[in-house]
Amino acid sequence: MTNALEITDLRKSFGPAQIINGVNLTIPRGERHAVIGPNGAGKSTLFNLVSGLFAPTSGSVRLNGEEIGGMKPFLINRRGLSRSFQVSNIFAKMTVRENVRCGVLHSLGQGYSFWRNIGSQRDVQEKTSAVLEHCGLIDKANTPAALLPYADQRALEIAITIAGGAEVILLDEPTAGMSHSETDRAVALIEKATEGKTLIIVEHDMGVVFNLADRISVLVYGEIIATGTPEQIRNDPKVREAYLGEEVEDAA
Amino acid sequence: MTDMTQDYADLAPSASAKFYGRILPILLFALLVVVIPFLGPSRTMYSLLNVMAINIVFALSYNMLLGRCGLLSFGHAVYYGLGGYCAVHAMTWIEAGTSPFWANFPVFGLPLVGFAGGALAGAIIGWPSCRRAGTPFAMISLGVAELIAAAGFMFLSFFGGEMGVSGDRMNGPALFGLSMGPVEDVYWFMAFWVVAGLVGMYAFTRTPLGKLSEATRDNPQRVQFIGYDPTRVRYLVFIAAGAFAGMAGGMSAVNYEIFTPEAVSLIPSGFVLIMAYVGGIGYFVGPILGAVLLTFMQSMLSDYTEAWLLYLGVLFISIVMFAPGGLAGIVFGVAHTARNGETGAVLKRWGGQAAGILLALAGLIVLVEVSTRWSNGYGEIFEPFGLHLTFTNPLTWVLIVVPFAAGVAILRRLSREEDPA
Repeated sequence: MTNALEITDLRKSFGPAQIINGVNLTIPRGERHAVIGPNGAGKSTLFNLVSGLFAPTSGSVRLNGEEIGGMKPFLINRRGLSRSFQVSNIFAKMTVRENVRCGVLHSLGQGYSFWRNIGSQRDVQEKTSAVLEHCGLIDKANTPAALLPYADQRALEIAITIAGGAEVILLDEPTAGMSHSETDRAVALIEKATEGKTLIIVEHDMGVVFNLADRISVLVYGEIIATGTPEQIRNDPKVREAYLGEEVEDAA
Repeated sequence: MTDMTQDYADLAPSASAKFYGRILPILLFALLVVVIPFLGPSRTMYSLLNVMAINIVFALSYNMLLGRCGLLSFGHAVYYGLGGYCAVHAMTWIEAGTSPFWANFPVFGLPLVGFAGGALAGAIIGWPSCRRAGTPFAMISLGVAELIAAAGFMFLSFFGGEMGVSGDRMNGPALFGLSMGPVEDVYWFMAFWVVAGLVGMYAFTRTPLGKLSEATRDNPQRVQFIGYDPTRVRYLVFIAAGAFAGMAGGMSAVNYEIFTPEAVSLIPSGFVLIMAYVGGIGYFVGPILGAVLLTFMQSMLSDYTEAWLLYLGVLFISIVMFAPGGLAGIVFGVAHTARNGETGAVLKRWGGQAAGILLALAGLIVLVEVSTRWSNGYGEIFEPFGLHLTFTNPLTWVLIVVPFAAGVAILRRLSREEDPA
């Protein structure tokens, strides 16, 4: 079985600043993998490299065995990798339903068609409803996205990400800025929405990380200093020293 | 059709909501268009309505870019003009009758030629210009408009130089028994194409590409992460907008039987922007309202005052500053509040606002009319309602300052009440 994602010696520099310094990471299909690390460690940059927002300076990114490094984001997305953003990145003037509907279009082969009525595409309507139902947004389907409360905007962010049915899902701090109860709801949503899929998540909330992840990688100064099960990471002296300290104890 | 059991929540609006929200307004518009000739409009009114039809299609096509795709174009008349030139050339080929294809082509179908010409121009010019959005796109559109406007006086066989290219619409096979000669015949031609254009452009908003266009307007970055190339979306929308602008050009070619390089200049490009914006770019019907009002102002107001463009400018700036939703935004705002039943207080405030605006406007009109006459120096006097308002008459200045100050005071007071901060 090929791995969902294989990152080999990935590097990215902006001018003289080296942000990612030779990252190696292999994520088997179906794994829930968390990437943690202090602020400025390069977690979001890593996501941007994998999802195509930035082109790598060197190194390789393979999705299901196929090289995707440096490809345009929409081509990577079509190959089955979808990501969410740290800051809500939604279609603000459109309704929740329209947001999700845009997300399902490509996976249902709609292309750029201008000869079909979107309202009479039964499969599009069904899949949109299913995703909304899944993400608990069905009651707000006709609300303009900009008017949603923050937690619902984050849920919509995830809904758009999973709408296309991608097999590999990257979530960038999905619970950032949420209250405890909102976080619990978001974690339940993430677990449900990524069932049977490969999940890579960047998260600061250690409770969420240790609950959700099968394995964890710790990124510090653009390098992965440790990868392992939550138990291994918790007990890794290098990790404790570099980053976690007390927090791990709290989460345990 | 048997109603199958639905295993998913049907979020689509009900059939009746769809009918009232989408089909009915179009039917009413079509009905209005059909009924108008039976009210016996004058020839002047017919000419005005024909120009309105052209401008409605043109303004709607512009809004495919600005309102629906977030692309600010300063050169949309390029596609209107190039489409129109194609149509007027085709008109001369119909007249010549030498090729069997054109000899059998009805003048009634010329907007289709304009449509094709506009689409082709959009496909060629859009290829480089849609690679950028935002300010670079606006700058490129301005550059292209300058370029084509300059070319208008260079490529004589296509643009016809200063004289333009003219044709005669009373040739070729007659469709629907319309000779296309009298203005009434032209009206039915316009009626057909304005409804066709409206239906076509509305249908476009309901397609996957139409929805992706809105998504690209809202957030081009995210569009990339749902599997679409925003550049491609913009390019396809640009071609469609060019095509419908070309269709308006084709309607215009039949109406005026001439096209001159002014048609591709910056002036109509600016005018279509103002029409769409004044009408309201956030609403599908906005550009229709804008086109109707501005066409009316252009042909009627210009009979009464040479300063009509100045009033147009004031209207445009006021809309941008105080009512960015445009006329449609105002209309829907009124309808919304009326439905929510908070009419009493709101009506009172609107009454106050309307009074304030009218007073300020009255002062402004006196100022503009008196000073244009004084500045021209022909000794003309502004004489509204039998008053004799010369530049030196103290009453003139009272009539400028008092209403203007009173109007502004009312408006300021109302805005303070609304937002006590």
